[in-house]
Amino acid sequence: MAIEFMYPEYEVLRDPDRCIRCRVCERQCANEVHTYLPEKDRMISDDLKCVNCHRCATLCPTRAIKIVKSPHTFKENANWGQKEITEIYKQASSGGVLLSSMGNPEKYPVYFDKMLLNASQVTNPSIDPLREPMETRVFLGGKTHEIKRDENGRLIPIKRVKLELSMPVMFSAMSYGSISYNAHESLARAARELGIFYNTGEGGLHEDFYQYGSNTIVQVASGRFGVHKKYLDTAAAIEIKIGQGAKPGIGGHLPGEKIVGDVSRTRMVPEGADAISPAPHHDIYSIEDLRQLVYSLKEATNYTKPVFVKIAAVHNIAAIASGIARSGADVIAIDGFRGGTGAAPTRIRDNVGIPIELALASVDTRLREEGIRDRVSLVVAGSIRSSADVFKAVALGADACYIGTAALLALGCHLCRTCQTGRCNWGIATQRPDLVKRLNPDLGYQRLVNLLTAWNHEIKELMGGMGINSIESLKGNRLMLRGVGLTQKELDILGIKHAGE
Amino acid sequence: MKTINADRMHFKTLNDTVREAAASEKNITIDNCMGQRYIAAGLSNTTIKINGTPGNALGAYLNGAGIEVYGNVQDAVGDTMNDGRITVFGSAGDALGYAMRGGRIYVKGNAGYRTGIHMKEYRDKVPVIVLGGSAGSFLGEYMAGGVIIVLGLDTNVPIVGNFTGTGMHGGKIFLRTDTLPKNLPEQVSAHDAEKEDMDEAYEILKEYTEIFSMDLKAVMSAHYYVLKPNAKNPYKRMYTPN
Repeated sequence: MAIEFMYPEYEVLRDPDRCIRCRVCERQCANEVHTYLPEKDRMISDDLKCVNCHRCATLCPTRAIKIVKSPHTFKENANWGQKEITEIYKQASSGGVLLSSMGNPEKYPVYFDKMLLNASQVTNPSIDPLREPMETRVFLGGKTHEIKRDENGRLIPIKRVKLELSMPVMFSAMSYGSISYNAHESLARAARELGIFYNTGEGGLHEDFYQYGSNTIVQVASGRFGVHKKYLDTAAAIEIKIGQGAKPGIGGHLPGEKIVGDVSRTRMVPEGADAISPAPHHDIYSIEDLRQLVYSLKEATNYTKPVFVKIAAVHNIAAIASGIARSGADVIAIDGFRGGTGAAPTRIRDNVGIPIELALASVDTRLREEGIRDRVSLVVAGSIRSSADVFKAVALGADACYIGTAALLALGCHLCRTCQTGRCNWGIATQRPDLVKRLNPDLGYQRLVNLLTAWNHEIKELMGGMGINSIESLKGNRLMLRGVGLTQKELDILGIKHAGE
Repeated sequence: MKTINADRMHFKTLNDTVREAAASEKNITIDNCMGQRYIAAGLSNTTIKINGTPGNALGAYLNGAGIEVYGNVQDAVGDTMNDGRITVFGSAGDALGYAMRGGRIYVKGNAGYRTGIHMKEYRDKVPVIVLGGSAGSFLGEYMAGGVIIVLGLDTNVPIVGNFTGTGMHGGKIFLRTDTLPKNLPEQVSAHDAEKEDMDEAYEILKEYTEIFSMDLKAVMSAHYYVLKPNAKNPYKRMYTPN
C-alpha cells in the first residue's frame, strides 16, 4: 500500500567519476543494495535495503561511495518525529511488536559524561606510570569475614574461590548464535591473552572453545541451553542470568532460522526450532529460590567456581542486590538500561530500566550501609564506552566492568543496529558462512587485545595523575569524582560533590 | 556398597560424603534422609538409594547416575538433568524436571506445579517424565521436547491443573483420561492417541510398570490424549523489524 512506502533513511551516494565498476560493493553487501547494469556499464543502488553499515564505503577501492542521511523528511514536528511516524506505519502494516538491536539509542542523560575526575597538584604528587609499578589487577568474589589463627598464632589462610583479572574489564555475555563463531573465537583468545574473562551467554559453549575454559564464564539462564556437567566444570565461573539491561523482565528468543548447524549442536536444541528463554526462571520466585540455584551449581561443581548473578538495573535495584548478596552469590553483575542486545522489543529496550551509574552508586551505598559489601564483588555493564567510563565506574564502587558493544566495535561493528536480520556484513552478528569468514579471528583477537591494552594504559595514567598506584585504592573512592550540571538529588544518589565544592 | 546415615546431617557434609563415595562405589544407600538439598547434583556412574525424604534440587544436572527414592521428594528434582534415572516411590513437589534434557524421571504418585517446564530434546537425548497420579498446573509449559506421561491412576481429580503446555513448541504430553482438560492454550493441539503414539509410549510404560510392579496391560488399555505443539516457532509472527 502506498502509505506503507517509507522513503529510505539513508542514501548511497556514488561518484560516477570515481567508480571503476569493480563490483566489490555488490559482492560485499549481504543486503543486496548494489547491482551492476551491464548494458549501461554502471552500478546502481537500492537505498531502501541499505542499513548504513559502511561495509561498501570502507571497501570501495576508489572511495566512490558514501552513505548520507536523506534530506527527505516529514514536515518538521517537535512531537511527531520521523521515528514515531514510521514506527506507527510499520505496526499498522504488520500488527507486530517492534524489534530492535543493540543498546538504547535514545537521548537520556549519560551520567558518565557528567562526572569529572580529580588529579594531584603540588601536594600528594602524581605518579609516573611509565616509571613506577601500577597495579590494575583485581580479584572477583567475596572477601573473607573472619581471621583464624592456629595454636602458634599464625594465620590460617581461608581459601575462597576467586577470579583474578589483569585489569577491571571483561567481555560481557554474547551467545554463540547471536554472534558468530569467529567473533567468539576472537573474544576467547583475547581473554586468554589479556588475562581476563569472556562470557558464553546462554548459547552453550562450542566444543572448540573448551580449551579457553580457564578464561570463560559460562551462563545459566532460564532456558538452560547447552548447560551440562562438563560445561559447568570447564568454566572459571558460572553466571546465573536473571536479567539483561536491554530487556529487563523479559526473556530471550533466538528464532529457529538462526538455530542451524553448530549453533543447534552447541545449544543442544533441534535445528529450526525456536530457542525460547522464558522471562523468569520458573524455579525462582524468591531470594531463597535463587540461593537454591546458586548452591545447586556450587554443589554440582564441588565449590570450585564463583557464582555470578546477573540482573538488569531496575528501580528497586539496591534492595534486590542486597538480597542477592545474601543468597550466597560471589559476584553481582548489573546491566544498565543502555546495555546491548542482539534483539529486544523496541519499547522495552528504550523505556525500561535505569542508568547504570545511578544503579551502581545506590547498590554500593546500600551494601556498605548494611555491612555486606565484602560478601560480593560488583561488575557493571550497560554502556561502558571507554577507559574513562571504567575508571568512573570503579570510583563509584564497581570491582570490574563488562564490555559488549565496545568489544564488537573493536571487531568491526559499525553499529547499524540490524543484528536481528542475521545479515551482518562485518561477520559478527551472523551465521552465514560467507559472512562469518569476513571476520578473521587472528586479526579480531589482536584488535581486542590492542583496545584493552590501550585502556589499561589509560587507566594507569589516570591513576598516576591522582597519585594512586593500585586500582583497589580507587574502588568506591567517590571523592575522586565531581559532578557537572547535576541536580542535588542526582549528586546525592551518586554520592559525589559538585565540581567546585 | 556404602551406607550413609543422614540423620541430622548438614547437606554439605552429606553431599561431600556422597561425592567421595561415588568415586569408588557403584552403590550408595542414604538412610534417614531428612530434607538435605542438592543430593547427587551433577553425579554420574553411581546408583543411590534414598530412604527418607530428600530436599530440593535432588539430582540437579544429573549426568547418568541412578537415584531411587523410597519416600516423597520435594521441589526442583532433576533440574537441568542431562542423563540418568530418578525413581520416586512417593510423590514429587514443584518444578520437577525443569529444563531436563535427557534421562528419565518416574514418579509413582503425583507431582506439583510446573512439572517438566522447558523440557527439551536433542538428537538421541529425549527426556521422559512419567507420573502415576496427577500433575499440578503449568505442566509442560514452554516444553521444547521430550515426553511427559500422566497416568492418573487411582485418582478422581482431573489429572492435570490449568495452563497445560502454554508456549509449548516441541515434545509430546500423554494424558491417560477420557476428558480433555479445559482451556488448553492455543499453542497446543490435542488428539486421541493413535497406534504409533502408543507404540512410542509402550517401551516407557513397560519400564515404568516393571519398576512399580504394576499391570502394563491395565495401564495401557485406557483412553489417552496426546498434546502436541501447533508450531515449533510459536512466536515467529509476533515481531516487526525496526
